Amino acid sequence: MGRKLLLENAHIEGIRYYDTYRKQGGYAAAEKALKSMGPEAVLEEVKKSGLRGRGGAGFPTGMKWSFIAKPEGVPRYLVCNADESEPGTFKDRYLMEFIPHLLIEGLLISSFTLGANACYIYIRGEYAWIPDILEQAIAEAKNNGWLGKNIQGTGFDLEIYVQRGAGAYICGEETALIESLEGKRGNPRIKPPFPAVKGLWQCPTVVNNVETLAAVVPIINYGADEYIKLGTGKSTGTKLISACGNINKPGVYEIEMNISVEEFIFSEEYCGGIKNGKRLKACIPGGSSVPVLPANLLLKTAKGDTRMMTYEGLAEGGFATGSMLGSGGFIVMDEDQCIVRNTLTFARFYHHESCGQCSPCREGTGWMEKVLKNIEYGKGKMSDIDLLWDIQRKIEGNTICPLGDAAAWPVAAAIRHFRDEFEWHVKNPEEAQRRNFGLAHYADPLPVPAAV
Amino acid sequence: MAEEKKLFKVKIDNITVEVEPGTTILNAARGIGGDVVPPAMCYYSKLQGSGGKCRTCLVKVTKGSEADPRPMPKLVASCRTTVMDGMEVANITSPEVLDARKGIVEFLLINHPLDCPVCDQAGECDLQDLSYEHGAETTRYEFKRRTFDKVDLGEHIQLHMTRCILCYRCVFTADQLTEKREHGILDRGDHSQISTYIQQNLDNDFIGNVIDVCPVGALTDKTARFKNRVWFLKPVDAHRNCDNPKCCGKTVLWMRGNEIFRVTARKDQFGEVENWICDTCRFDKKDVKDWVVEGPRNIDRHSVISQGHYVNTVQPKDPLVEVLDGRQPQLLFDIHTTSQVNRPDIDLSKIDGPAHSDDFNKPKS
Ligand SMILES: Cc1cc2nc3c(=O)[nH]c(=O)nc-3n(C[C@H](O)[C@H](O)[C@H](O)COP(=O)(O)O)c2cc1C
Ligand code: SF4
Ligand code: SF4
Ligand code: FES
Repeated sequence: MGRKLLLENAHIEGIRYYDTYRKQGGYAAAEKALKSMGPEAVLEEVKKSGLRGRGGAGFPTGMKWSFIAKPEGVPRYLVCNADESEPGTFKDRYLMEFIPHLLIEGLLISSFTLGANACYIYIRGEYAWIPDILEQAIAEAKNNGWLGKNIQGTGFDLEIYVQRGAGAYICGEETALIESLEGKRGNPRIKPPFPAVKGLWQCPTVVNNVETLAAVVPIINYGADEYIKLGTGKSTGTKLISACGNINKPGVYEIEMNISVEEFIFSEEYCGGIKNGKRLKACIPGGSSVPVLPANLLLKTAKGDTRMMTYEGLAEGGFATGSMLGSGGFIVMDEDQCIVRNTLTFARFYHHESCGQCSPCREGTGWMEKVLKNIEYGKGKMSDIDLLWDIQRKIEGNTICPLGDAAAWPVAAAIRHFRDEFEWHVKNPEEAQRRNFGLAHYADPLPVPAAV
Repeated sequence: MAEEKKLFKVKIDNITVEVEPGTTILNAARGIGGDVVPPAMCYYSKLQGSGGKCRTCLVKVTKGSEADPRPMPKLVASCRTTVMDGMEVANITSPEVLDARKGIVEFLLINHPLDCPVCDQAGECDLQDLSYEHGAETTRYEFKRRTFDKVDLGEHIQLHMTRCILCYRCVFTADQLTEKREHGILDRGDHSQISTYIQQNLDNDFIGNVIDVCPVGALTDKTARFKNRVWFLKPVDAHRNCDNPKCCGKTVLWMRGNEIFRVTARKDQFGEVENWICDTCRFDKKDVKDWVVEGPRNIDRHSVISQGHYVNTVQPKDPLVEVLDGRQPQLLFDIHTTSQVNRPDIDLSKIDGPAHSDDFNKPKS
């Protein structure tokens, strides 16, 4: 059994409420941080823990915190990104629903470290029932002296506010989130300036994912030295993975980052293998934005090594033969799934969610969707496949925010690894309406690389 | 004066220029001038916060600065990236930039109606110029283009959203020049649209400037719409003593004979308005007696506008009246939506591309 740090106590009866959470050792980390450590020591500890952002990009959290500008007399803000709208990702929801005080405690420690006296949780609008849970937890924490003025007699003040989004994926991008929080249209800002210098209301701001901020609690509780013992290399600690698709046991799992992808999919402890005895065809390991991998490249890297469930492991081979850990939305596809259809679904999503500010993303996402629709519905041409490739290439890297890249990557990866399936759709338009391409050779062992 | 500021040395396409810290790459390039200036469809120096959106001005930073010579990993929007000392930038010397720019032009055009023959902006349209210089001859887009209904934004301005490239300039103009903000963007993605919240009248002293900042024919002057082509008009500089304190009163009159067809602000070599003008000067002063004419405006000699040669300002006799047997010439202009010759029940604006005889065939019953 892998060790759990975040969801260790998540299933204890009543853990949602303060009394139980406190009895299980809750707010001990906050006490330690506020009373005996002080902001610098906490920052050092977080840096040493190697904690990386759990929102998708994996940026080292300690380093991000140390970038925050500290001009005299200007307030600083911590913003918790709970917008979680990436298809396939539902880990933050689990954490907030089951053990909200862990997040509140994490926000308290993080705000204290950053010197922020106001903290905002920006939560996805569709999570309509969670703000109540959070607000209750906030009220409980306040009643017990963990929020408000002069927290536990330390002189530190903090208020936490919950703000609901209105159903836009783009408001998960940190600067769009800030705009939305300010009551404006959720358009990503053009950077620089970065939020660390000019964020919410033009004040220095740190935006972190729910899981990132919750992970600060065990880091302080057990110490960074203990934390880095879990995981491998630069992927320290544990990670929440929301697994879905054609697996026996979909759900949210906390994994120590030292297991292989194969173990994660097939072991009884985690996904429990592919449903109905089918075979594995492909997997999108980190939420809809990251490149899809065929079974053979998923379980082993192109070099023939076992692929690990870590930041580096999933990225091994770059985009040519690898993918990304992303936000931990793990989507598994069995032999009955159609890659073209799946790519179309994602393209439609990004087309729908583009904010429309910059031309490549605004126009390109819709174009890709239309071309993919033609291919999927038997009206495609061979040249459409190259056209798709060219469109995604001209979007990627040329946009204001990473949504453009996120729209381009799934299309690029699908064509890179599953081109014959696209060609089959074009060549057999009628048959493609009746049946799927199937597993084909996507699970075949990789050719052994010539001796180097 | 404070002591002299240290200048930054920047090299753009191998040409070195010294600029003040805080200058953007685009403005540094404008300082050099000529071909190395990246095209800018959304940035507008007089509008705060503009730029960064259209991505036509993308350039490659091959050397970050003297202190940190690493190149930047991605192409950057030159209008929103400030220079560093020792920075080296490639614009037209970088095939990667040219390729990306070609892509951007293609993106801007896939949903554009290409109705230049009936568009008032033709001849002074930034998108036409951009496509001519950086675009491809054909399109790879095979789908129905996005369309919107035309709407009137008040008495004087028409919005033809189908032509809009969402550069946000008009939004910034409305925001920064007029008092009550009623003009913004609704919806998102490729169905975003400029809107004035339930088509409120835009009646504000300076709202007419949105017409001048619009790089395409999405916002046009209703007092001049369909009256003439810009290249048949003669632009002259003129001014009047405007009693609006925020208005400079310095304009360009677009004339034919003694008739003023249109009044606009004066634009500089980068197509930007030099000074804002008020709506009274723009929409209501169409009599030569209202103005002190300074003389012909200098127009770039490559522009189609300077192709007209005017010997004098005497209005030629209008042949249309005779040609049309006394019918109103208005009918011809209405070709925009219906045809008087072919079946008028067919709405031409609903047809993709130019109309063919097929479009008018009666369905065989
Ligand atoms: C289009 C888009 C959507 C995003 N959505 C989310 C989201 O729902 N939740 C999240 O935590 N981060 C999201 N991000 C990443 C954030 O911009 C930001 O990197 C993250 O909140 C930083 O937190 P971290 O360092 O803790 O990962 C999104 C980014 C983009 C470009
Ligand atoms: S990349 Fe897409 S979502 Fe991001 S700013 Fe541009 S148009 Fe908006
Ligand atoms: S209407 Fe014109 S100025 Fe306004 S956003 Fe569209 S193209 Fe730009
Ligand atoms: S002019 Fe720079 S992005 Fe539009």
